[in-house]
Amino acid sequence: MERPLTQHITFPPLEIRQYEAIGGYQAVRKAVRHMQPQEVTALVKESNMKGRGGAGFSTGMKWSFVPMDVPGPKYLVANADEMEPGTFKDRWLLEGNPHQLLEGMIVAAYAIQATEAFVFLRWAYKDAAIAVRKAIAEAYDAGYLGKDILGTGYSLEMHLHTGVGRYMCGEETALLNSLEGKRATPRAKPPFPQVSGLFGKPTIVNNVETLSFIPHIVNKGADWFKSLSRTADGGTKIYGVSGRVNKPGAWELPMGITMRELMEDYAGGMKNGFGFRGVLPGGASTDFLIEKHMDITLDFAGVAAAGSRLGTGTMVVLDDQTCPVGFVHNLEHFFAQESCGFCTPCREGLPWTEKLLWAIEQGRGRNEDLELLLRHTEWLGPGNTFCALAPGAMEPLQSALKYFRDDFERHIREHRCPYHDPVPAAPASAHLHHTHHL
Amino acid sequence: MLSMTEKEKIEEEIRQVPIKKAACIEALKIVQEHRRWVSDESIRDVADILDMSAEEVDSVATFYNLIFRQPVGRHIILLCDSISCYVMGLKGIHAELTRLLEIQYGQTTADGRFTLLPNPCLGTCDHAPAMMVDKDTYRDLQPSALADILEKYT
Repeated sequence: MERPLTQHITFPPLEIRQYEAIGGYQAVRKAVRHMQPQEVTALVKESNMKGRGGAGFSTGMKWSFVPMDVPGPKYLVANADEMEPGTFKDRWLLEGNPHQLLEGMIVAAYAIQATEAFVFLRWAYKDAAIAVRKAIAEAYDAGYLGKDILGTGYSLEMHLHTGVGRYMCGEETALLNSLEGKRATPRAKPPFPQVSGLFGKPTIVNNVETLSFIPHIVNKGADWFKSLSRTADGGTKIYGVSGRVNKPGAWELPMGITMRELMEDYAGGMKNGFGFRGVLPGGASTDFLIEKHMDITLDFAGVAAAGSRLGTGTMVVLDDQTCPVGFVHNLEHFFAQESCGFCTPCREGLPWTEKLLWAIEQGRGRNEDLELLLRHTEWLGPGNTFCALAPGAMEPLQSALKYFRDDFERHIREHRCPYHDPVPAAPASAHLHHTHHL
Repeated sequence: MLSMTEKEKIEEEIRQVPIKKAACIEALKIVQEHRRWVSDESIRDVADILDMSAEEVDSVATFYNLIFRQPVGRHIILLCDSISCYVMGLKGIHAELTRLLEIQYGQTTADGRFTLLPNPCLGTCDHAPAMMVDKDTYRDLQPSALADILEKYT
């Protein structure tokens, strides 16, 4: 089984000479010396690479929207603000092989003729920051970055930006506002960033896993990329599993393996004494899947057909001794806290949702609360909010109400949580960025 | 007042961006690096150097979880309170930490040694529960391991 993305991951990561020795930066040489920018984009489009950040949009298609004939700066951004709860795949790539990401970024930047590139890295990834900073310096020294790369006349500057903590920064237009030094609130689309992004200039934002794959597509071609997968969505995918399984972890596997293979062959099944109730297949903002979905294929279409989303492909397991109401309350607490507050349904609806769930979890719930929660999943659903945060937050809630309704009803009927003492979440006052005295 | 070092570092950031305002987050990070938190006075100083209003700078500062607008201790404990850690034993870790430190989330120990903060997902979910103390990440935490970890930070 080929594992192009992860086969050269080491801790500490390969230095540039070692990376070159295993074929590193060949894709940069090939692209900037022997391919037109549009050829690179066409190749990635032909590979049918779909973005690994969660939305699954065609990467080549995204690049093709950049107007190539406008003068002035253009930007490429690697979205390394991995903050989706339950997601830990990009950290592996960043800490374990930063040159692979840089190489993908340089090729992508060349394809859209970007003049500057940024790695937008989340604050908590301290080891990744060290690794990426070192890799950027090495790439400059070796002539892969800076002016006149490999004597071709193409120039690219690259910067590392470390964030200061806010989930919204993962949304690409909010990320751009944050790079401009502003609050990370999302922007209205259109115009799309491909046309008017960072500082109003054409900008592409791609996920770390997506960009890390680009060198391999350039080296080995679109057909090879498609052949890695078992389904129409090409490539390999990094899948991860956390929760009460025997072997929590992340694995690079062919796109389209089944949930059962992942859970049993790789995650090693449930820990002794724990049963499987459900799983969030792609991070906190995806619908639960349950036992009956065990044989679905884990590609974009397969998970969508089961009523959820592949998302980030990193899964969180709900076991039979963890309260589903408490589980969902934890998620909604996160979303309520991380809402940017810009649009009303999200700002008001998420704290309301959190309070309703907390009341039920504490045994203070009423039957009509379930109806109210269901109404929220519509009010905060797609089309009613400015960005995808609130609709994403409603996905685990709506599916929990569908699959674990008995648990919700039992909390209300028995005026208590049947699983364990409720685990309180931190109050807003516990976050020290809120207070101001001006 | 900003120190010469802070000023120089902020000026350096301003040179990296097309408009002064764009250096706002970097400027706040620089101040926090030097003073551990960002006071009202620092907000006004940053506003002056970036030709922004203090209110605008504060709107940025208060938006981000890890810009501190209140004094903090010498060491920051970020306890992951997201879903994988919730499933894997956050409750026991939280109980033991608050017992050892005798503080709640958002508070600083009387000796000024630690500030305890909740933090969304640290991205190490296969080794939950997890926390960070300053730049160090601790994984697969057990309540019994916490006292020894805290001992390392004086």
